[in-house]
Order: sequence, then C-alpha cells, then structure tokens
Amino acid sequence: MTRPSEDDLVTGDFVRSYVITGGRRLPSPTDLSLHTLVTLAPDRELPRQASPEVRAIWDICGGGYLSVAEVAAHLGLPTAVARLLLTDLAEQGHLLRRAAPPAAQAVDRGTLEEVLHGLHTLFG
Amino acid sequence: MDSTRFSADRPAATYLPAGVRRAVKIVVVGHFGVGKTTYIGSLSEIEPLRTEERMTAASAPVDDLVGAGAKETTTVALDFGRITLSEELVLYLFGTPGQQRFVQLWEDMTVGALGALLLVDPARLESTFPVIDLVESFGLEYAVAVNSFDPSVRYEESEIREALDLLPDTPVVHCDARDVASSAEALKELVRHLLTRKG
Repeated sequence: MTRPSEDDLVTGDFVRSYVITGGRRLPSPTDLSLHTLVTLAPDRELPRQASPEVRAIWDICGGGYLSVAEVAAHLGLPTAVARLLLTDLAEQGHLLRRAAPPAAQAVDRGTLEEVLHGLHTLFG
Repeated sequence: MDSTRFSADRPAATYLPAGVRRAVKIVVVGHFGVGKTTYIGSLSEIEPLRTEERMTAASAPVDDLVGAGAKETTTVALDFGRITLSEELVLYLFGTPGQQRFVQLWEDMTVGALGALLLVDPARLESTFPVIDLVESFGLEYAVAVNSFDPSVRYEESEIREALDLLPDTPVVHCDARDVASSAEALKELVRHLLTRKG
C-alpha cells in the first residue's frame, strides 16, 4: 500500500539553510547525534544578536529535555541545521546535554535488557 | 497516517520526564510504502514527527551542497517516534528510507543505533534487496518483520528466508504495522536477537 506521506520527494531549496548557518560546514553526525537529549541551561540570557531560529530553539529547549531530532522537527529545520545551531549554543554554555549515547557496539547487555523489559511493561 | 499529521501546525513539544538520562535508537527500514510511518505511529507515545532532510540525488554530503545551486537537490522526509521505556531510559524509532541514494542520511541515522527492524512486504520482496544491502553495509544487526496490509497475500517463512538470503538466526516475524501489540512484538523480537548476538 503506497502512502503519500512516506518517503515524499520534493524539490529542495538550499538558500534558507545557507543563510541560517552562515554557509558554515555542518557538523558530523557524531558531534551531536539525533537522539542526544538537550535542554537550556538554567539562568541563561538569550544573546541579543540571536537569529529567529536561535530564538525558537531557545524557546523550545526551555521547557525540559528533548532529543535533537525533536527540536529540529518542531522548528521545521533540517536536522543538520538544527545540530549546528545547538552545537553553537552548547559551546557558548547555554545548552545542557545528557551524556552522548554510546556507539551501538558499545551498548551493554544491561541496556538491551532494560529496553526489552520496558517494552514488556508497556506493551505486554 | 495521512499527510496532515505532518502539516505546518506541528504538535506542541512533549518534554521527557525529568529523570530520563539515556536515549537509545532503533531504525525502522524498508522500501517505499512498506509501512514504516504506520509502524512508528503505532508505537510512538508522541505524535510521530517529521524532519525534511536535503541532499543531492547523487547523495553527496549535505555540507557540500550549501551554495551549490546547480546541483539537483531533493528533500527526503525522516519520520520518527518516541517510547519512554522507564524513568530514565527513552527509545527513539527512526524511519529511514531504503534508497541507496540516501546513503548520507543513513550515516546520520545509524550512528549509535542498537539495530534495525526491516519491514518487508511479501508481495514486493525484490524491493527489499537494496535495503538489505544497505543494512548490511552499515553493519547493523536486524530482524525481519513481514508486514502485509493484504491478508490474501500468503507466504511461507522459508520463502522469505530464501528470497532474502537470510542467516539462519535472523528472526523473521509477522507484523501488522497498524496493530500496537503486533508491532511491539516485532520490536521485542529484534531486541531479543540483539541480546543473543551479545552472547
């Protein structure tokens, strides 16, 4: 069954991303992965020169922890662009992040057992 | 899972419980239209979310594209959902398109993934070949979930195994992506397989 919402292909426009990032090189996936959890650090002030996108990130990250992917999706940004802006904020001390998730090879048995147990608890 | 779910008025952010310390990720892969978005929607505790990732059809890295107006560019949708598994652990499910030309997206998607659930339509097995190639080339452990929207399509597990040239210990489970319990069982089967592989 073909569902129109899945794997949609549309023509992209790069100008917006280019302006938001200032044409800088986008971060590699290992810098800040899509499931890294982030939130705004306490008692920080929004930089006065903040772009609309940074302001939006500031607002959404102020309420608690979300993954990088959720921040990107809620703001309508490609994940690479969101990652770059979040990396900037982290480097400026505005952002807290939970310890980076381990590489899959390094995931221990205990974590997998926790995942399985959690699925059993939630879904039977 | 119609397209309005991903329209401009996105759902408000649902924050994680304050105690959640760790996030893990499983990728849900399969060919176009196999039911990845439906599957994620069945299990996610939040309205499934979507980002639009931009890249060249030639699958050059995204960062080579900025300012390069002459290249042909495409946008591919990336759907994902979330399951808070315990007071301190959250699982993300990322739906990843199976096309070879999105290999850059695969690098982003698969970094740190526990494994992959490969959704297969028994009526379109040949469409799964390139997806399996990708899964294996990225070194992901995986389980096969045979998702059939059409109950009249009959298949034997042995046919699927043979057609896809699966290893004997690769799990093959039936799955109705619209059904929560069935979808959860497929995910559990994958995690049990990952545990077995850990030895």
